[in-house]
Amino acid sequence: MKSIQELEEIRKRTLDTINVRKDRSGTRVVVGMATCGIAAGARPVLLAVIDEVKNNNLADVVVAQTGCIGMCRLEPILEVYKPGEEKVTYVKVTASKAKRIMNEHVILGKVVEEYTIGASEQ
Amino acid sequence: MMKELSLHILDLVQNSVSAGASLIEIIIEENLIDDFFKITIKDDGWGMDKDLIEKIRNPFFTTRTTRKVGLGIPLMEAACQRCAGNLTIESEKGIGTIVTAYFKHSHIDRAPLGNMVDTFITVILGKADIDYIYKHKMNDKEFIIDTRQLKQILGLEVSISNPDILAWINEYINDGLGNLMEV
Repeated sequence: MKSIQELEEIRKRTLDTINVRKDRSGTRVVVGMATCGIAAGARPVLLAVIDEVKNNNLADVVVAQTGCIGMCRLEPILEVYKPGEEKVTYVKVTASKAKRIMNEHVILGKVVEEYTIGASEQ
Repeated sequence: MMKELSLHILDLVQNSVSAGASLIEIIIEENLIDDFFKITIKDDGWGMDKDLIEKIRNPFFTTRTTRKVGLGIPLMEAACQRCAGNLTIESEKGIGTIVTAYFKHSHIDRAPLGNMVDTFITVILGKADIDYIYKHKMNDKEFIIDTRQLKQILGLEVSISNPDILAWINEYINDGLGNLMEV
């Protein structure tokens, strides 16, 4: 059974790593979390993104949520904003697609073309 | 239709967030003796007047500007009505809103609660300045987690959305709910 006291220990441990995280302008990953997104499966997508951030220690990646952007039929939608680059919109994302996007695009900088909105509209 | 009640909860919490709430309570009450399953979402947001409360039950009403339908409340209401239950909304301008969804626990059409851990983690990740209470009652047993208490322990330096903290929250809720379900 987990206890509240353990949280204090984790806090002390994480304090040491936190200073490294500040003042870096990193990548933003945004997941659509309105009714349409949630019904289409956005929750596991968001949590897969969080998992990848944790597993790969991506201290400079910010994960955010947004509402409906008006393309409900293409949900779950995930957007990647890299500093100095154009926004990339991924559509009909699943947890496994999100994992690949994180590894190939966010970490290695290579856009996963086949999952983008451009590819889906063709 | 949502496959899990926890997804409806996630959706309704977004309404509270949009209403400028600073404290959002998610209360689940399961009672196998009196055979009910009750979900309450309570917030201290802007609240609504009577006119607006009636409007939001209509799927062709939404406050959003990107499209013309708002399905959160109607979807939840339909889910309740399928299970011999109902949905009530109490609200007062400047005070907040309470949405209560009532189901017959044993009804064959009642969707499973699903993953409340994922829903709770997702809402926490939403906006850092909002606090959440998740209270789950099973007959006479109760589990509770309150982000205000967690933030007090964490202080200003460590964020509640820190991956290690989220991992702890995940296990804490899993353990707590596991305890509740034990007979």
